[in-house]
Amino acid sequence: MTAATELRAQQDRGRKVAQNREKWAQGRTYISALVILIWCLAPAYWMVVTAFRDVGFTYDTSILPSHVTLDNFKTAFDTSFGNRFGQALLNSVFIGVVVTVVSLLIGVFAAYALARLNFRFKFLVLGFILGASMFPGVALITPLFQLFTNIGWMGTYQALIIPNISFVLPLTVYTMTSFFREMPWELEESARVDGCTQGQAFRKVIMPLAAPAIFTTAILAFISSWNEFLIASQLSSDATQPVTVAIASFAGAQPNQIPYTAIMAAGTIVTIPLVILVLVFQRKIVAGLTAGAVK
Amino acid sequence: MATELGPTPVKKPASGGNGLHHAPKGVGEDNVIARQGKWASWLLAPTIIALAVVIVYPIISAIVMSFQADAGVDPETGFFTEGGPAGFTNYINWIAQQCASPAGGTVACPPGTLGSQFWSATATTFFFTVVTVALETVLGFWMAMIMARTFKGRSLVRAAVLVPWAIPTAVTAKLWLFIFAFEGIANKLFNTTILWTGSEWPAKWAVIIADVWKTTPFMALLILAGLQMIPAEVYEAAKVDGATAWQRFRMITLPLVKPALMVAILFRTLDALRMFDLPYILTGGANNTTTLSILVINQIRQGFNVAAALSTITFIIIFLVAFIFVRFLGANVVEQQTGASKGKK
Repeated sequence: MTAATELRAQQDRGRKVAQNREKWAQGRTYISALVILIWCLAPAYWMVVTAFRDVGFTYDTSILPSHVTLDNFKTAFDTSFGNRFGQALLNSVFIGVVVTVVSLLIGVFAAYALARLNFRFKFLVLGFILGASMFPGVALITPLFQLFTNIGWMGTYQALIIPNISFVLPLTVYTMTSFFREMPWELEESARVDGCTQGQAFRKVIMPLAAPAIFTTAILAFISSWNEFLIASQLSSDATQPVTVAIASFAGAQPNQIPYTAIMAAGTIVTIPLVILVLVFQRKIVAGLTAGAVK
Repeated sequence: MATELGPTPVKKPASGGNGLHHAPKGVGEDNVIARQGKWASWLLAPTIIALAVVIVYPIISAIVMSFQADAGVDPETGFFTEGGPAGFTNYINWIAQQCASPAGGTVACPPGTLGSQFWSATATTFFFTVVTVALETVLGFWMAMIMARTFKGRSLVRAAVLVPWAIPTAVTAKLWLFIFAFEGIANKLFNTTILWTGSEWPAKWAVIIADVWKTTPFMALLILAGLQMIPAEVYEAAKVDGATAWQRFRMITLPLVKPALMVAILFRTLDALRMFDLPYILTGGANNTTTLSILVINQIRQGFNVAAALSTITFIIIFLVAFIFVRFLGANVVEQQTGASKGKK
């Protein structure tokens, strides 16, 4: 009898220790999660808070919003100091859309071939495309700088769009390839068996399935074009510069003073649409981002 | 898997590539490959041609340019110097730091010229690469381990890590410039009075911190994707066998996540070696934060051909690092992509 009670007591104690350990582990997880949250969000939060802070209190370091104003957003779009932020936004959208559409139109065929067909030199082609995406921008810029100067393309949109395709297209191809590889292609076959024509099977079965993959790829392509700076900083003119260049060279009333509040307002405008897109399509985007590395 | 690449010579089929999904398997696999190959080459052609135009052509012309002398007015003598074949002069300008002298020969590049900065820029680039990638790997691994656990609010954390990634680097650079301003929040929070962008080490750390902030999420997500491929049963089994947490990490997590980890490190390393935006905007390359990419950009306006030599050197360095990774460290990106790793040793 006593042995049994002893045993039960021991088990109880063991369970309690295990429970405590569990609780402790859970607590640590939450603390770590909080640290990650703060580390990732605090600088971004600081940008937004500063964007809404009166320029006279630029260096106010109170953590909560203070001296709230919308003036900085007006200043960001103000062209009297030679800034062309509004124009730059349009330029970035235009360049991003063209680069994305062109890359998808070209890349979707390559991705289909790489995901669905067996052919020789597949490794070689994949290696070439992956290598291309890792290519240093500076290695392209020198010859392009000279070429575009010679043919009078400096500062034109095409001078910005063509080099962007060099890194957006490979990204598009390998993201879509791994998406396509996971699609249930047997459905196409079944649709044919059920009496669909090849065209119908493609339209009614494959397209709806492929649409999310293509859409996610488009977002990733657009973001990488939107964020490009190196090539644009060298090959754009005042009229065609994208937002990244506009923000990097943002001037204020005094030449020696960096207009931080206005820059943060501009940064907020540039970032918010991306952050919303990314958060809404979070799952898909993570899948697309990591597509090249695992599987 | 081995048949996929079809080592046997393939006969050209007479017919076009129709009905690619209906060929009987096994009997005519060579035929299937040939027929699909024809299709594939049509489908791949636009991409290959586009990449040839936007990448291969510039590389080749950069290499050609790098062996040409820059034409222009000699700043010292005022004579116009012709371009023309230059042999390895442009490379010597960087590697041996021998600049063309007015007298005709070469002299050691005087301090302050771009030519004299090659080795320090190389050292800075590698320093940034090693430090940022190491920090990002450790931090990213830690973040991934946390995000792989189940807890309330996990999706919030996973969403939050995407925020630094989504902010354009140019904006990130300006943001951290503001944070590191003399009267900025960093000095206030840590109660310091550092002129962050004013001297060498603070400037370097400013770049490193900003870069780690921006790109650790990417690393964490790649590692997380790798972690999620590990079946939970493996851990359960190890627990039953009495393996400690550290043993489980070392004997299960690390080896199983290694392929994804190596690819993540490779991607990040190649990215860090071409680092440009952050130091260019944050410090302007001052105080020994000039990377190779910044040096190329600074050189472009002083002479295309000399810049082409440096961009070719940068390209070769990055290529060699990638080669070492793939050859010796087993970061096999292509095999990961084709999912054929199982069949190989």
